[in-house]
Amino acid sequence: MKKLPISIKPFGQRAILIEWPSEVSESVLGEILEFVDCFKSMELPGWEMSIAYNSLTMVNSIADVDFESVEKQILDCQNGQKKIKKKRGRFLWKIPVCYDSDLGIDLDEVSTVLGISQTQLITLHTAQEYIVYGLGFLPGFMYLGGLPEELEIPRRKEPRLHVAQGSVGLAGKQTGIYPQDSPGGWNIIGSCPTPIFNPKAEEPCFVSVGDKIKFKEISRAEYNLKKIEAEVGIFKPEKIALDD
Amino acid sequence: MIKVLKSGFFMTVQDVGRFGYRDIGVPVSGVMDNDSAAKANKLLDNPKEAALLEITMTGPTLQFEAPTYICLSGAFLSPTLNNEPIGNYQVIQVTKGDILSYGRLEKGFRSYLAIKGGIQTDIVMGSRSQYHPVTPNKCLKDGSSVAYEETVSFEPAISGLKVDRKFEEETLEVYKGPEFSILSDAQLGSLFGKSFSISEKNNRMAYQLGELIQGHKHSMLTSGTMPGTVQFTPAGRLIILMKDGQTTGGYPRILQLSEDSICQLAQKKFGDTISFKLL
Repeated sequence: MKKLPISIKPFGQRAILIEWPSEVSESVLGEILEFVDCFKSMELPGWEMSIAYNSLTMVNSIADVDFESVEKQILDCQNGQKKIKKKRGRFLWKIPVCYDSDLGIDLDEVSTVLGISQTQLITLHTAQEYIVYGLGFLPGFMYLGGLPEELEIPRRKEPRLHVAQGSVGLAGKQTGIYPQDSPGGWNIIGSCPTPIFNPKAEEPCFVSVGDKIKFKEISRAEYNLKKIEAEVGIFKPEKIALDD
Repeated sequence: MIKVLKSGFFMTVQDVGRFGYRDIGVPVSGVMDNDSAAKANKLLDNPKEAALLEITMTGPTLQFEAPTYICLSGAFLSPTLNNEPIGNYQVIQVTKGDILSYGRLEKGFRSYLAIKGGIQTDIVMGSRSQYHPVTPNKCLKDGSSVAYEETVSFEPAISGLKVDRKFEEETLEVYKGPEFSILSDAQLGSLFGKSFSISEKNNRMAYQLGELIQGHKHSMLTSGTMPGTVQFTPAGRLIILMKDGQTTGGYPRILQLSEDSICQLAQKKFGDTISFKLL
């Protein structure tokens, strides 16, 4: 199958940026993930790769980058001259969210502004499978794509100085979870008791770019239980392997 | 242990950084001025990964609870050991109970205190560098202590270095960033034709520059950033990301500092001036 065109740019002394066509789409993301699997198969030392929407930033933490030779390695991957040794599995994660109004502090307002009931809002928010297009901004912060148009609402005029860890928010075409306590301007509709980022875990963030997220409504009792499980470190997020 | 009697303005434990977690949004962290830190570790014959203390603007008062050897580097904060002046880039023996304190900031902004064998705090995700929420605290507070292993005798290969670091040098060497081509002639003229001052918004995450240049309307999808990336906001502000900076961002990345220039910028403070020179 013919691949999408890419552009390869130097990015300072230690990095290279590869850009695919500028669009938010699963097909672009799929090609980036395939490229990453291929490049990793070469087992070249020092490379760290981060995907965001249509781009891949490759930073070498050990040495300066010789642009021409890395460009050639990139093109070899792209032209199918390198074999993928190990394909990373992709998963659909079911993320528990309690939509009680003391946690989802903007739920009332959001439902009024959007002109839908809270039940409809929750149904729409939990029906969708969201694609993880990037992880960044804060450790474990997911850039999710696929929000239903009915749930698009502008971010708050005045950002809050403190948004609690786990808060689930809506802003523009985005929905997401605050992985830590932080300032923020999103409209908060619920809370996720399971930490997305846990520095003490062997795998500090269980989600990877390319995975999918589905929110699952839970009761307050389940929320409280999962909160305790998280505190003692025994939580296990529910996942389903995705076939590509 | 080193006992922190007074922590000063801002003091952290740092090593070369936290690698391998960029893909989940974790900044690399690590020493801001790698050049100065590496020299201090080298003089003590430490591995290059050894953790040290990064001291910003005003120095702490520290007490050593076991014998060891230390080496200071980077900014010059008029240090004294038991009230006797000491210099940077010298291997200095300390004994149990010795007190290290600092005075006036003479040059630079960030000073390093390396200790024989390195600071022995917990390693979190492959690094000792303090960065909240990866590490429990973002800096060292009054009354806290940090561990090290005692060293009774050590013969350094050389006892000191004469380092002629030009802290007053304004020019930062830069590469073109991925969105360099969006700049108009007028914007290029301002960017390379004048100096910029460091605003009061400067820390381990980013340095904002005081003066604006003509803004832009370029919109782009969020993409990767790293230490040394110069972001350009629609209002025309320039923000230079540093070691604790976010791994992705949505502003055009017009320039990228060289590794040496990152070290140089790390020694600049509020009101200092810089200018850019394309490599």
